[in-house]
Amino acid sequence: MLAKLFRFKGGVKPQTNKAISVHEPIGRAPLPARLFVPLHQSIGGAPNPLVQAGDSVLKGQLIGAADAWVSAAVHAPTSGRVLAVEEHVAAHPSGLPTLCVVIEPDGRDEWIERRPVDHHSLPPERVRELLRDAGVVGLGGAAFPSHAKLTPARAVAMEHLVINGAECEPFMTCDDMLMRERADEIVRGIAIFRELLSAREVLIGIEDNKQEAIAAMQEAVLRLAPDYRVVAVPTRYPAGGAKQLIRVLTGKEVPASRRSTELGVQCFNVATVYTAYRALACGEPVLSRIVTLTGNVERPRNWEVWLGTPMREVVALARPRADSSSFLMGGPMMGFEIPDLDAPVVKATNCIIAASPALFPPPPPEMPCIRCGACAEACPHELQPFELYWFARARNFGKTQEYYIFDCIECGCCSYVCPSHIPLVQYFRFAKSEIWAREREKQAADAAKERFELRNARAEREQAEKAERLARAASAKASEKRAPPDPGNKPAPESAPAVDQPPAAAGEVAMTAGDAEAIRKAAIAAAIERARSQRESAQPRNTDRLSAGQQREIAAVEARRAARSTAATAAASGTAAATDSGGAAVPPAGSRRDD
Amino acid sequence: MSWSTPPYLLADVSVRRVMLQVLVALLPGIAAYVWLIGPAIILQLLIATLAALLGEALMLRLRRRPLLLFLTDGSAIVTAWLVALAFPPLSPWWLTVVGVLFAIVVAKHLYGGLGQNPFNPAMIAFAACIVSFPALMSQWPALGLRLSLAEQFGIIAGLAPRVDAMSGATPLDALKTALKLGDGAVDVPTLLATQEVFGNFAGRGWEWVSTGYLLGGLWLWQRKVITWQAPAAFVGGLSLLAGILWAWNPQQFANPLFHLFSGGSLLGAFFIVTDPVSGSTTFRGKLIFGFLAGAIAYVIRVFGGYPDGVAFAVLLMNLCVPLIDMYTQAPIFGMKNPK
Repeated sequence: MLAKLFRFKGGVKPQTNKAISVHEPIGRAPLPARLFVPLHQSIGGAPNPLVQAGDSVLKGQLIGAADAWVSAAVHAPTSGRVLAVEEHVAAHPSGLPTLCVVIEPDGRDEWIERRPVDHHSLPPERVRELLRDAGVVGLGGAAFPSHAKLTPARAVAMEHLVINGAECEPFMTCDDMLMRERADEIVRGIAIFRELLSAREVLIGIEDNKQEAIAAMQEAVLRLAPDYRVVAVPTRYPAGGAKQLIRVLTGKEVPASRRSTELGVQCFNVATVYTAYRALACGEPVLSRIVTLTGNVERPRNWEVWLGTPMREVVALARPRADSSSFLMGGPMMGFEIPDLDAPVVKATNCIIAASPALFPPPPPEMPCIRCGACAEACPHELQPFELYWFARARNFGKTQEYYIFDCIECGCCSYVCPSHIPLVQYFRFAKSEIWAREREKQAADAAKERFELRNARAEREQAEKAERLARAASAKASEKRAPPDPGNKPAPESAPAVDQPPAAAGEVAMTAGDAEAIRKAAIAAAIERARSQRESAQPRNTDRLSAGQQREIAAVEARRAARSTAATAAASGTAAATDSGGAAVPPAGSRRDD
Repeated sequence: MSWSTPPYLLADVSVRRVMLQVLVALLPGIAAYVWLIGPAIILQLLIATLAALLGEALMLRLRRRPLLLFLTDGSAIVTAWLVALAFPPLSPWWLTVVGVLFAIVVAKHLYGGLGQNPFNPAMIAFAACIVSFPALMSQWPALGLRLSLAEQFGIIAGLAPRVDAMSGATPLDALKTALKLGDGAVDVPTLLATQEVFGNFAGRGWEWVSTGYLLGGLWLWQRKVITWQAPAAFVGGLSLLAGILWAWNPQQFANPLFHLFSGGSLLGAFFIVTDPVSGSTTFRGKLIFGFLAGAIAYVIRVFGGYPDGVAFAVLLMNLCVPLIDMYTQAPIFGMKNPK
């Protein structure tokens, strides 16, 4: 507690509104009639479904396996039957659907065999794999796969392991309650992470408005790991941002361009640590999470909710008041409006806030920027938001990068303090996505240009080769013509060979022409072959990032095509009438390139 | 849904509130002004406000901008008050109107309205009018001339004749003229001690008006409406030059305190160089901007042909703002000691 604290610049102090949701202990939300478990719940690759409609699953059974290193597995939250693997609206501002495993619980809540492990007995890589396969991701809201953050930098010793219990977003209390009720598991989980990272020091940062949580954590630390330090940090949004907390506790500043491990520090949320402990010590993958239900509701409280539970059913637990106009997922600073309450709770759902016009009044009309600099004062990354806004508006994206737009963490402090009520964060998101889009376009254009240049070079080379071959053939022919002349005959003058030996000459000419034709044909065939192999090697790039829906569409098209070709074969053999009018439009499989 | 983007919480701030606080901060200075110089300034402020709102409305209509939203943002009134306070209190009404309209129409709206003006509108008005109407802009009421309220208003309205007796010089002007006429025979300490236009430490009466601006400015700083860098640097720039010359020759140059509390120094320091739109926005930029504005203001008022130099100094520095801002960007979070 006597640790020297550092300050991060900027930040704001909105009303915290946390007290309303901490009166009751964490409740256990009931199992819904249907669970819609999205396969893609973390940053990184989307896990592929391992089950299909009709399968029965056990609680904790893997239903989606991580498809890449940065990806995390997904499990069945309870036992039951898979009704479908289909698209369902996602917990995302866009309201776009995502592939979900729909499970009908059987009520038995029957576990798959759980295999607790002693992480000491396993090599670190194995522990990381286990965490990935248990679906452990950052539960602070970013949902970044945790195992991918648990590799220390080669060159830099890991000095500090920062555990984030700051929870700076207003209204949110899920981490607070977790720390109050399950401090032991958190502390034990920290030990796992500390070992994986060989971190010298453990710093647990908690905002000083959570005295109960601080006390609970201190008590647990004292009993289980006395060398950890629980540090109360000043309550100031966004003190719970990973980079801000690292700064406050260690004095280190991690810019966007570097990884925190390069500075010898790494940061995890308390809930993440808790799930990691459960995963290893109990063999229980991440099946639920604690969600704060608060805002304009009769009964604000924290609930442990099964992942995949439709938000509508979760929200009902809190009894929203009649004038609730919408619901936010996440806090009021960085959260978003839930487009559809049919969306399921996912690993990133830390808080659901019932909003009403009284609670969150609509912003006054946007005014021009007066360059007052309040945003720059509030920016925890010490950016100049008004300059970024200016450049983003002018679509001068190069300048936005010069002014470090990618260091913006979209915390919303600038928008919060703006006297002109400019939605600055939206401008920055716009600029970032435009830059990304342009980057992608440029890469595509560069690739196309390279292909084009290669093709031209090849064409030239082939032309040259062909010319050479023809020249060779012509000279061969000429020498052939000269070689077998009748000894008695004097060399025929050029003007009258046709008269001399018409049939032989004609035959020779025909033969050379045939040769040239064959060479050309071979060259063409080789070129086609090259093009085909090139196309095949290029093709995965077009299809490797397809959504599940697109993949299914393609599968359907392939199936149709296969059916058609059988039909066509059948028609050719005269056993069926070729009624398929679209037959001609079906291209041969080899020519498909851009579909 | 009208508020579908985060953050959903907003601080209780607005442009209108910022402008209102600036107006409130001007009140101590205005109170001293009314008390010591005369109530004419009240009428000037009213005329200026009306002209500003009219000009603003006209331009908003022409530019098809929401009328009510911008008319009530308070920015036009701030400009109007600064123009009125920078102009001589007994200026004819039309001079004030011309100044305000020039500020609002030309300096503000022709450049794109609120937030877009590269130059401080009030200073543009002052510069335009002192160049166009040098005589009228130099007629400051001679102290000791006690005019009734009706007489003051009559002069402003053009109903009463503008008598020579009422047109004095500002303390700055008086000092400069006396020194020039004295041609080395008179010295500053004697002048300050003997001439009636001078008070305890600067111009009689005006020194307290300046003190009022200082108080208002400190309040704005305490309320975090303005930052300290530009005012401090302005005061520093002005004082430094004044101090050096005063230390070198106290007979011919007034002390820094006199300069700080004379003319538009403190009005400029707290209400002009702090204008966020036309001023620099970075930490070091504000220091450079304020310092050079203060130094240039001193040079113009002491060696130049105009009674005061604040307006031209600020405008000159407004020109440099994009350059200053570009070269004074502070390193961001995590980039201070790039390893």
